[in-house]
Amino acid sequence: MFRNQYDNDASTWSPQGRIFQVEYASEAVKQGSAVVGLRSKDHVVLVAVKRSPNELASYQKKIVRIDDHMGIAMAGLTSDARVLSNYLRTEAMRSKMVYGRPLPVGRAVNMIGDRAQINTLEYGRRPYGVGLLVIGYDDAGPHLLEFNPSGIVSEYYAYSIGARSQSARTNLERNFEQFQDLSLQELVTQGLRALRDTLQQGKQLDTMNTSIGFVGKDTKFTMLDGEATQQYLDLIDEGARHAGGRCDGD
Amino acid sequence: MDAIKIQLPHTVQPRAENANDGAVSRTMQPIVTGTSVVAFKYKDGIMMAADTLASYGSLARFRSEKRLMAVGDNTLVGVSGDLSDFQYMQHVLEDLETRELCMDDDQTLGTKSVYKYISNIMYNRRTKVDPLWNSYVVAGLDHDEKFLGFVDLYGTRYQSPTIATGFGAHLAQPILRKRVEGREDEIEEEEALAILDDCMRVLFYRDARSFNKLRRAKVTAQGVEISEPYSLETNWDFAESIVGYGG
Repeated sequence: MFRNQYDNDASTWSPQGRIFQVEYASEAVKQGSAVVGLRSKDHVVLVAVKRSPNELASYQKKIVRIDDHMGIAMAGLTSDARVLSNYLRTEAMRSKMVYGRPLPVGRAVNMIGDRAQINTLEYGRRPYGVGLLVIGYDDAGPHLLEFNPSGIVSEYYAYSIGARSQSARTNLERNFEQFQDLSLQELVTQGLRALRDTLQQGKQLDTMNTSIGFVGKDTKFTMLDGEATQQYLDLIDEGARHAGGRCDGD
Repeated sequence: MDAIKIQLPHTVQPRAENANDGAVSRTMQPIVTGTSVVAFKYKDGIMMAADTLASYGSLARFRSEKRLMAVGDNTLVGVSGDLSDFQYMQHVLEDLETRELCMDDDQTLGTKSVYKYISNIMYNRRTKVDPLWNSYVVAGLDHDEKFLGFVDLYGTRYQSPTIATGFGAHLAQPILRKRVEGREDEIEEEEALAILDDCMRVLFYRDARSFNKLRRAKVTAQGVEISEPYSLETNWDFAESIVGYGG
């Protein structure tokens, strides 16, 4: 009786000027576990919480290397992210083969942005159900960009997407002005603090569920999982006590 | 039944209509050609020179052709060999420059990228057994680093502090070896110009396809600068003493 007539496909407008299918796809991004990205003048970092569907299953991979200078973190349908990361890897290789240079980060993200936008234009398609944070380092320095199902691509100093990511953004908004001069280690720590704010009551960041990725000046894209994340997890509370980013009351 | 019409790729054209027995013809030799290009590194960047002659066989057919070209702000390309193939390459490189400009994202195409791109085109065409009949010298400053590279019609490429193509490889290269190599970072512009002129003078004396009207160019931190045509001082007094050759 009151069924929505305007959400059958991604190329139909509602009279209010909305494309419902794209909005639904954006909801899928909000269901995925959170990822945080942040940038200094020399480095850019991704941190993510991994989820496992049950006790017996492994944790779902959240961060993917694209090339020595670029990586992505995903929130939403990971299988859609795999299609996009495959495409990015192919384009990164093509850039090296044809021009002998690493693919500029902004161009890479705009390429997948264009692909996502075509899904909102053509009959018989659906939007990607995934949001990405893309980090990379090129001639213009470190970059952090967001890709989302609508095809909008934006660049950020610091950003977060996924479940309860608003909490992380609030943290980042409070602190991002200091990020510019931070060392890589401090930047990762700040990222983990923002990421911690997205966790449900009673959940904690540990070596099983934390993923870290970074790239920067003279630093190839590096991914840390498992035990390798421990040294950074140890810094979360320590730094807060000394630097007083969040607990500056006492 | 109608005969099936086969669409041949544009690089593989059938011979004349009446002789189309499946044979194809390709560029078998260059037609209108440019001779040597000479280039070397010096203190402030790269110096390059080429004359302005386009020969039709041994005929000095066109005497005011430009064989040096700038690609973007920091790259200089010099060419010898077939000049119509060079004009094709000019279009390809202008297209590349336009594409890059349209990106409008403050990223610049470095000299190494232009070099890789040209190399790929050259190797791709040789693989189709339809080469572009040229030797290219690509010079520039890529991220403040001096770059000088060579590519030929086979897609063979090498980088060197001194490069001379064609006849220059025989006549100018030994001069460059002696006067430039090992001193690339010391040679001042004045000396570089003298070396360049000496090379071009020797080439004009001994290469019968050369011409005493030439351009020189340099790439420095200030960008690419290609000169107007000029001539060299020559002295032909020795010719009086030559006996024979129908004189």
